[in-house]
Amino acid sequence: MSGANSRTVRRAQAGTTEAPWVRYTLITLALGFMLLFLVLPLAAVFAEALRKGFGAYLEGLREPDAWSAIKLTLITALIAVPLNLVFGVAAAWCIAKYEFKGKAFLTTLVDLPFSVSPVVAGLIYVLMFGAQGWFGPWLMANDIKIIFAVPGIVLATIFVTFPFIARELIPLMQAQGNDEEQAAIVLGATGWQTFWYVTLPNIKWGLLYGVILCNARAMGEFGAVSVVSGHIRGQTNTIPLHVEILYNEYQSVAAFAAASLLALLALVTLVIKTIAEHRNEQALKAAAELPPERPAPAGV
Amino acid sequence: MTTATAVAAAPAGRRAPKRVLPGFGLSLGYTLFYLSIIVLIPLSALIFKTFTLTWEQFWAAISAPRVMASYRLTFGASFLAALVNLVFGLLIAWVLVRYKFPGKKIVDALVDLPFALPTAVAGISLTALLAGNGWVGSILEPMGIQLAFKPAGIVIALIFIGLPFVVRTVQPVLEDAEKELEEAATCLGATRLQTFTKVILPSITPALLTGFAMAFARAVGEYGSVIFIAGNMPMVSEITPLIIIGKLEQYDYAGATATAVAVVMLVISFILLLIINALQAWQRRHAGAPA
Repeated sequence: MSGANSRTVRRAQAGTTEAPWVRYTLITLALGFMLLFLVLPLAAVFAEALRKGFGAYLEGLREPDAWSAIKLTLITALIAVPLNLVFGVAAAWCIAKYEFKGKAFLTTLVDLPFSVSPVVAGLIYVLMFGAQGWFGPWLMANDIKIIFAVPGIVLATIFVTFPFIARELIPLMQAQGNDEEQAAIVLGATGWQTFWYVTLPNIKWGLLYGVILCNARAMGEFGAVSVVSGHIRGQTNTIPLHVEILYNEYQSVAAFAAASLLALLALVTLVIKTIAEHRNEQALKAAAELPPERPAPAGV
Repeated sequence: MTTATAVAAAPAGRRAPKRVLPGFGLSLGYTLFYLSIIVLIPLSALIFKTFTLTWEQFWAAISAPRVMASYRLTFGASFLAALVNLVFGLLIAWVLVRYKFPGKKIVDALVDLPFALPTAVAGISLTALLAGNGWVGSILEPMGIQLAFKPAGIVIALIFIGLPFVVRTVQPVLEDAEKELEEAATCLGATRLQTFTKVILPSITPALLTGFAMAFARAVGEYGSVIFIAGNMPMVSEITPLIIIGKLEQYDYAGATATAVAVVMLVISFILLLIINALQAWQRRHAGAPA
């Protein structure tokens, strides 16, 4: 009787996995696909950049236009990311912590920039601030340049990276609920104190995760920035646009050298992302494992 | 939901204060303000600009043969790429959740590479690989297969761009799936393949479709990775976003084509967004259903 039982158990356990040859075939297929579609393109960036040796690689980076592109990229990210950070926290606070009419619609609108083509994102700012746009004549009369200048690049970058941080924070803050914040308020904390000492420590890893993804996209955006930049060398070229110009001029090594900077940024992003994700999971697990609150037994 | 439980927990009979946490007005107000100036007002500029066109102008712009060819290419290539990602995304998610192998953590992290790697970098790198003198192209071209500067190259770039979506939507659902159901199926005499198609697949279908729709939506609007590899021949390998760029580069702002085509793309992306939202709601209901 017990023999029949253990046979059933064995069969059931075998039923939740596959024969070894199926397992190995599936793993090989999955890894092969990833090797072909992810690892090979990444490796090709560095291989092409170093094709004529390390000296040519450095030469490609030492160009003055490359430096101004790097500077502009850093400035753009330095403006766009903090602005979207403040927005992300505000949006996540009102969407995750309260119930109100139209919340689902608001969430959809926050997500909207993700599904708009980058080219359309650039175009809408041209229609607003371009020479023939809504504010074009007024801007020209006051000698303010937005399109084909740095402000336009910053605006387009803000648009395409708009939802990143809000999107990371909303589900996280919804999962954590309001209990801790309510306790803080009841104990007399102000709203800002509650945010700084209760909410922020809880969401810090999710926040970091959102910020680095936002930053990677801000530094790497191509389509939207390409529409509003005007491609003025040394002035309105970000690194991705610089890569495009060099590539189209058949300066392959210099193009891939600049591209390798962005590929390195991507790798660093993935490493920080993996760490932040891991920490975030641990924090959630620790919170879930906390014993339910009850008065400590006397005398222990 | 959390507010509902908080209200329910308040002593019955006394009306609980409506909102304990401060900052609702401030955070909602700022969210609406920022959303308006960055997203809503600029998007409405596009809509208003289109209203200055007559219906005939609008229709002529969006149905010109060259534009129609670009829709066919954009949607066809995006659909094919999303389909490939559906199959291989499921495979990768399955392997990452169910099997153990050395280097799994690195492989898992690498899945997000297309999110982190700028599209222009992906574009030139894929082109270098697939061109006649590239690592892959030099093997394929003697066999008569040319991928770079052809529509096939566009599909490859879009596969790269969309790869993480299906993996990242299916992975958490597979992780939460209850193995007891599979054990029960096996005990009742199902083969492993039957268990997969009748028990596992239905439970991950909403997630699979969500990932598919996301990959498709992303691919339709994609520009950076495609233009380097596409060859950009009108009627053959010119994607819809490139039509808009082309018109802008001719300083054809007053012309109808750029704005009209952009409105078409905007409407399509909004519809796709609503479909994705509906799929996600379905997925949540699916997950919330009693096991």
